[in-house]
Amino acid sequence: MEWNFDPFSNNSFNHYGNNPINASHSAGGIIQRTQSPKVWGGTTLGVVYQDGVMLAADTLGSWGQLARYRKEERLYPVGNFTAIAYAGDMSDFQYTKHMLDSLMIKEYYINDDHVLSTPHVYEYLSRVMYHRRTKMDPLWNTFIVGGYNNGERFLGYVDLLGTTYQSSAISTGLGAYYAQPILRKAVEGREGLLTEAEAIELLNSCMRVLFYRDCKVINSIQRAKVTAAGVEITEPYSVSSEWGFGEGVRGFGSQKQ
Amino acid sequence: MDMNSFLPIQVPWTPQTATSAPKQAPSFFPYADNAGTVAAISGTDFAVLAADTRQSAGGNYLINTRYQPKMFKLSNGSVFGTSGFYGDATTFLNRINQRLEWYRHAHDKEMSTPALAQLISILLYSRRFFPYYVRVLLGGLDLEGRGVVYGYDSIGSYEACLSRAVGSGGKMIQPFLDNQIERKTQTGILRAPLTLDKTKTIMRDAFTSAAERDIYTGDYVEIFTITAQGVNVEKFDLRKD
Repeated sequence: MEWNFDPFSNNSFNHYGNNPINASHSAGGIIQRTQSPKVWGGTTLGVVYQDGVMLAADTLGSWGQLARYRKEERLYPVGNFTAIAYAGDMSDFQYTKHMLDSLMIKEYYINDDHVLSTPHVYEYLSRVMYHRRTKMDPLWNTFIVGGYNNGERFLGYVDLLGTTYQSSAISTGLGAYYAQPILRKAVEGREGLLTEAEAIELLNSCMRVLFYRDCKVINSIQRAKVTAAGVEITEPYSVSSEWGFGEGVRGFGSQKQ
Repeated sequence: MDMNSFLPIQVPWTPQTATSAPKQAPSFFPYADNAGTVAAISGTDFAVLAADTRQSAGGNYLINTRYQPKMFKLSNGSVFGTSGFYGDATTFLNRINQRLEWYRHAHDKEMSTPALAQLISILLYSRRFFPYYVRVLLGGLDLEGRGVVYGYDSIGSYEACLSRAVGSGGKMIQPFLDNQIERKTQTGILRAPLTLDKTKTIMRDAFTSAAERDIYTGDYVEIFTITAQGVNVEKFDLRKD
């Protein structure tokens, strides 16, 4: 009898069949790395507002359906005026963090008064992602890159294929369906008008919707804001939620008011 | 388009998952279709190119953003537009601009549009067995100052043409251009050359019409006009739903 009780290694427990031991080493001697993500971070949100940009994410790293890591910080500062938020594979993100840190340190020691601004970080990240995609060895992540440099707001998206775009409101994962319409309605056309308090309330309400509807979002979230003052990432916090019996809940179901 | 059949060979790294695995792990597919429409018309001494600015996550009914340009003025005064996979498009654009810069350093002049047309074909073919998933249009003026438009497939076959529309709304715009520009389906009409203003009007109508029916075309259309005076860009609204 085979001694194989480790659920990570045993495919009859691991319904995702994604244990690296079982990864196929196929044509041409190519060894496959991340062919599917293992520990997964879900939705991330980003908006621009009056003073800069704001990102939000919950702090869950899921292992399949299991809420495995509940304090996984998915927002990360890159230098003084850039923050990134990731969705996707946790280990690939940790690799990316290390890579970006090394880059910023290297740039710092050149000591030529040039610092990488957000568009530079964005371009660098997108080239790395596209390169890895082309090697068929992707970093299985979706990034939102936010920053504020010399009065310019920046909010961009990079994914595992190297697809890029910029927008005033970006969301990934199920948030692209649940949160994006709410964000667009609040932000589009009033990028310079949205106040900080409004932006916080907007992101909180979107995270609340996601907490209610997305089973891989928990009620422990963080926000990052990037303004002229630099990057500020909050400690994990919770938003209010209501799980009482529907009859007594205002606005529930067909009830109008 | 089913992108599996689009590849000339089967991607050799399709995982051969162990048959005992209860579920096939989702495998990595290196392409996306970010859709959008690009069209071009060549005139006697001008070329008009246009592209919508919506970027979508094709097949997911998602609008990524309302403004991510897919048409670019190149350093030599030609205009290059592409729809398809945006990651390939940005990479391809970078490679073109790098080659234009090398050409400028080597020859101390700008590359002509017909030469660039050939270069683009070669760059596309350089990835014959892992193609850039891009539908490219190139517009500019030839050495005699006539308007030229080149259309490509994603592996580098190309031809000069009078009018061409590609991308998600291309199938709708092309017959309209065949009728209005090439006048193929008209009889007994005067084949007077089109003016620049008339050409731009036709182009705008083509995009507003395509945006009515194609969900991946919309938000804004950018119209690039190339004349001996240079490149002029105008931006117009399209429907945003």
